[in-house]
Amino acid sequence: MGRIKTIARRSFLIGSAAVVGGVAFGAYKFRQSPENPLLDSYGSAALNPFVIIDQNGVTLIAPKAEMGQGVHTTWAALIAEELDLDWQDINVLHGPPAKAYYNSALMGMALPFQDYEMTDFKKSIQEVVGDTAKLIGLQLTGGSTSAKDGFDRMRLAGASARETLKLAAAQRLGLPIDQLSTEAGHVIAPDGSKLSYTSLAVAAAEIDPPKVTLRDPSTWRYLGRTMPRIDMVEKVTGSAEYGADIALEGLRFATVKMSPKHAGMISFDASLAKDMPGVEKILDLGDGIAVVATNTWLAMQAAEAVDVRWEAASYPPTSDGMQKAFTAALSREPEAVELKDGDFNEVRGGTQIEAEYSVPWLAHASMEPMTATAVFDNGKLTVWAGNQAPISAQKACAEAVGIEPANVTFNIPYIGGSFGRRGNTDFTVQVAKIAAAMPGTPIRLVWSREEDMRRDYYRTAATARFKGVVDKGTAVAIDGNIAAVSSEVVGPGKHLPGVQDQPYDIPNYRMAGHAVDLAVPTGYWRAVEHSFNCFFLESFIDEMAIAAARDPLAFRLDMLAKQHAPSAKLLETVAEMSNWGAAHGGNSAKGVAFSYSFGTPVAMVCEVVDQGGVINLSKMWIACDVGTALDPGNIDAQMVGGTLYGLSAALYGEVTFYDGEVEQTNFPDYDAIRMANCPEFEVKILENNPYIGGVGEASTPPAAPALTNALFALTGQRARKLPLYTQFNL
Amino acid sequence: MSKALRINGTTHEADLPDDVPLLWVLRDALGLTGTKYGCGVAACGACTVHIGGIAMRSCQVTLGDVDGEITTIEGLANTDMAVLQQSWIDHQVAQCGYCQSGQLMQAASLLAENPNPTDADIDAAMNGNLCRCGTYPRIRQAIHAAAEKAKQV
Repeated sequence: MGRIKTIARRSFLIGSAAVVGGVAFGAYKFRQSPENPLLDSYGSAALNPFVIIDQNGVTLIAPKAEMGQGVHTTWAALIAEELDLDWQDINVLHGPPAKAYYNSALMGMALPFQDYEMTDFKKSIQEVVGDTAKLIGLQLTGGSTSAKDGFDRMRLAGASARETLKLAAAQRLGLPIDQLSTEAGHVIAPDGSKLSYTSLAVAAAEIDPPKVTLRDPSTWRYLGRTMPRIDMVEKVTGSAEYGADIALEGLRFATVKMSPKHAGMISFDASLAKDMPGVEKILDLGDGIAVVATNTWLAMQAAEAVDVRWEAASYPPTSDGMQKAFTAALSREPEAVELKDGDFNEVRGGTQIEAEYSVPWLAHASMEPMTATAVFDNGKLTVWAGNQAPISAQKACAEAVGIEPANVTFNIPYIGGSFGRRGNTDFTVQVAKIAAAMPGTPIRLVWSREEDMRRDYYRTAATARFKGVVDKGTAVAIDGNIAAVSSEVVGPGKHLPGVQDQPYDIPNYRMAGHAVDLAVPTGYWRAVEHSFNCFFLESFIDEMAIAAARDPLAFRLDMLAKQHAPSAKLLETVAEMSNWGAAHGGNSAKGVAFSYSFGTPVAMVCEVVDQGGVINLSKMWIACDVGTALDPGNIDAQMVGGTLYGLSAALYGEVTFYDGEVEQTNFPDYDAIRMANCPEFEVKILENNPYIGGVGEASTPPAAPALTNALFALTGQRARKLPLYTQFNL
Repeated sequence: MSKALRINGTTHEADLPDDVPLLWVLRDALGLTGTKYGCGVAACGACTVHIGGIAMRSCQVTLGDVDGEITTIEGLANTDMAVLQQSWIDHQVAQCGYCQSGQLMQAASLLAENPNPTDADIDAAMNGNLCRCGTYPRIRQAIHAAAEKAKQV
């Protein structure tokens, strides 16, 4: 611990280094630090820059991928708040992959503390342990950690830069520093004369950044306000560049065809395809084929025409066959019991209820299918790929092509939606292999939507059995067993976030995870385990409330109030917003759900209306507590978007298998909420939680149970399975 | 095989087989990458452009069948419908942004036909345009606001 603590302290020092024509400010790393990503272009700076001031102006480096969550804007606001920049003068670059751009918040989440129990002491330990992230080279955008991760570091970078520039100005003007102020990219002298940051940049590189204190939040100008998104103009004019929009001279267009059975390739016959219009090359990728042509569509047509024999899937070929693996896992001893308070078997009296729930496999289905661009020239590879984990993607590309990672230049364009999918490196490695097979020719790889659906890393299906006891109007015991494919990161059976960490006061409480061993590729999907566990727990708590003859919201409120006041406040808020207690007409009803995930508790009420036999989802009320609301407009967008993502999955999302292949291939059979059935939204953001929470995922988990609980209130029919479109006339 | 196309007020030559969809002519041959591929089966609207002033899915119109002047997202700012782009900025609509070119082109076609759309009109016109980030409520607000602004001009 002592050693790590030293490292952690040092990492909070902000340093500076000379760059061509200016100065860079950033976080110093511990001594055997990973290589500096900007070394090539910026001399010998030995730090990880977050701010570069040179003759071109001020550039901020955001080592986080922008996939729609607004991270570039929030990171810019954190720096600009301390550095005193005008908003329109801010220029943001996505940093190149570097181990030093570690994600401290994500590693901290691996600790066994429950977030809502976090004390200052635990928080500081978590921050220290969080530093081990950089020891294993984790530059990752995920886990809703960006705001938490950057909150102090970016402000410190901005403040250090400001004070150093003032020192440089003080030297030049022969004035004491306390007579100088800063505004809009300039240092201001007492007589009102101004020195631009750019004009001070070279001199500032000679000065050690002083110790700084952060400004009091009451003085904030950017933080706490809705800022115009930095990427908005590009995104409404069609000029924002995604992975398949990179303009390069001599581009060729590629697509791939990999096994729909997620197994090996026996052989392929390209005799028809090779003579099709525009086809230039058909490549054997080992586990599939790639077609390179003069046009993406021509490549896709030819790929269709390649006749491939695939090995059989190594998992049961049908969804029904797979379901047996979940049932079997539940009949075995659990691999993990992550939380156990009291003893269910010792509970006497009350009413016992039981229920079984299940959720299907899900695809990510981002609007942009997998895309990437690359060129291989003189032993060096340049890649453009929207990737949430650029360090691992860079390494995987280097290995695939047989060069050193240092010879791979990795660029991260805008990401057209990810929801966890683009943490995987598969498509990026493919473009590297294709480019390496055609040196000097830039390759633009675009997957067909069908390939994207068939070759996803799916959200695991899951089945749960719950039993519980209610007595005198309260829950006295819950015992849950959940079978799912556990991610490698958490380990067998430990897929219990969402049921092991909720602030409900229930005396006898046990949650057990049963590992399902199926070779279906699985991956992170918005809110990960919370996405299914919240549906199980919040459905069951609703069933318990009914069994206890209690109002479902009041029933939850009693249990939250004893454990976590900010969470209880959210339920009260959402009750007020939705006029919860008011009498309903016979044709409408409301449901409630609560979830605490990624540091942010969220309470949600859903209203459904029966309109002549068709059920409409009319309105959602959301109350969330993010601790400190850095950008309320962006938080609102994420709350609404995360909820719609969860509702879409609950209504329509289902990946099924037949003959070892995913049956869904495109949006007509994997639909989502659209304009006409999008509910109205009302969002309230509270700031009672003592620590800053994530916003990209927190509203997805409670969406499904809020809806199914409303459907129960309306119809008396309890949906214990998803999706809903097969069970209700929606 | 070369065919002349009039796009955003400029003439372009496209030398590709007649059955190549306009989407892929725009993106790959002409470098107009603001128009996006999402599904290839007219189920998502990301590839929406105007042909002769009418919103069309460019993944469904072959090069050989193109008949009329084309407007893409790159040319929208030079039309009366630039008011929509400003409204999109005012309402901070985009998240990942990938579907927004198509959303804007579809909304522009709606407003051109119906300067004062109701919520039901918006539902009907925009329902073919999928957004996985969930920006629909802001798209609706932005269309209403643009319609209001256009009336004041």
